[in-house]
Amino acid sequence: MIKIENLSKWFGKNQVLDNISLNVDPSEVVVIIGPSGSGKSTLLRCVNFLEKAQRGTISIDGKVYTQKSKKLNLMRQEVGMVFQHFNLFPHMTVMNNVIEGLTQVKKIPKSRAVELGKSMLDKVGLLDKADTYPAMISGGQKQRVAIARALVMQPKIMLFDEPTSALDPELVVDVLEVMKNLAGDGMTMMVVTHEMRFAREVADKVVYMDRGRLIESGTPDEIFDHPQEQRTQEFLSRIL
Amino acid sequence: MNEWITYITKYFRVFVPASVMTLKVTTFGILIGILLGMFFALMRISKYRALAVPAKAYIWVIRGTPLLLQLLLIYYGLVGVVKMDNLPAAFVALGVHNGAYIAEIFRGAIQSVDRGQTEAGVSLGMTRRKVMRRIIFPQAFKRALPSLSNQFIIALKDSSLASSIAVPELLLKAKQIGSANFKLMESLSVAAVFYLVMTSVLTIITGLIEHALKTSSRQA
Ligand SMILES: Nc1ncnc2c1ncn2[C@@H]1O[C@H](COP(=O)(O)OP(=O)(O)OP(=O)(O)O)[C@@H](O)[C@H]1O
Ligand SMILES: [Mg+2]
Repeated sequence: MIKIENLSKWFGKNQVLDNISLNVDPSEVVVIIGPSGSGKSTLLRCVNFLEKAQRGTISIDGKVYTQKSKKLNLMRQEVGMVFQHFNLFPHMTVMNNVIEGLTQVKKIPKSRAVELGKSMLDKVGLLDKADTYPAMISGGQKQRVAIARALVMQPKIMLFDEPTSALDPELVVDVLEVMKNLAGDGMTMMVVTHEMRFAREVADKVVYMDRGRLIESGTPDEIFDHPQEQRTQEFLSRIL
Repeated sequence: MNEWITYITKYFRVFVPASVMTLKVTTFGILIGILLGMFFALMRISKYRALAVPAKAYIWVIRGTPLLLQLLLIYYGLVGVVKMDNLPAAFVALGVHNGAYIAEIFRGAIQSVDRGQTEAGVSLGMTRRKVMRRIIFPQAFKRALPSLSNQFIIALKDSSLASSIAVPELLLKAKQIGSANFKLMESLSVAAVFYLVMTSVLTIITGLIEHALKTSSRQA
């Protein structure tokens, strides 16, 4: 589904991704872990070309994309993204946030979009907030709206960049629940997170990154219980 | 106090049309300024130097020279090229002048919108243009309002400089009547009251708009 090959990226002289190769199969949930600054977000952002890698290739659903591809906007409709800080549109109601992509990108008539929006908001348990503005709801609710906004586009792939890191502990659980259900429904997902329990329960593959390199990857059991690399062991012992 | 009222009534006939002229010059100046401002703000933030550099130059020249001089340059300069009356010249001069300031206000407001907003829009598959129109502009406009209001008030007061090219606005009329009656001080004082009323009303209107926009989304 996603094929990342020999990806390298520099910010100026600072190399932040070092020859990364990674495959994500359909319906697979890949969780990326690693210390701060190791390049997890950058890797994720390269997948939908919010960042441009200088070397390597990325193919999605069998098609190779570059920064210049005319089809980037089409590809992005297939790849939903959820951000650490939600990035809801503050000048729009919750409902309008959710249907913005439908009406503006997919050109679906407003009435139909609202129907779809309603069922999606219902799915994340926020139908009653449809007419409120993002500033009036909690962080956990905001993140669930952001997930609904991405899901309503019916993407084939979902990218999550620390979706619960900005949330109070008691709000994390609702968001993780939504993500678990999504994984259960067979969504292909790449998730950057520090929620190790989530990784253990939901991930098919866990990837450990350090200083721009993919150090090792494997099943949750392999990575959490029998890490092969010393750096992985050190990292896990620090956080577990 | 009574004396003031007498003067105000006495000058009313002249000062009301003169104030209308002041408002006219201000309105056109602001409207042209907003159009130019949007245009040059977009050029200024463009990644293409061929667009950004001319915008920078325009802003630099306009903000670095006096409005009075710009007014005279445009009036006398353009008279030689195209036939231009003093009134349109005042519109153009005030418009070009305000355009530079408004461009900077818009630029600041656009750039103050969090990058995450653009990223969220782009990841939905929106084009950059669409992101600008649907996501960035509405938020930027709201943020620009306080500075814009301030600029509008400055523009209203600056319109008095049009007196220097014989536009019959408030200050010119006040001077003329005052000199004719040998009561310049009184005449100018009445004009001051007229200006105060106009700027106050403008402040109230823009304040209401700001308030309405704020409560419409209670944006954090
Ligand atoms: N826009 C940018 N410009 C320059 N350097 C950047 C930029 N974004 C990230 N970096 C640098 O790239 C490196 C990797 O950053 P990245 O955000 O991908 O790390 P991360 O693994 O997501 O960290 P965290 O867990 O803190 O989110 C860091 O050294 C960071 O300083
Ligand atoms: Mg990160």
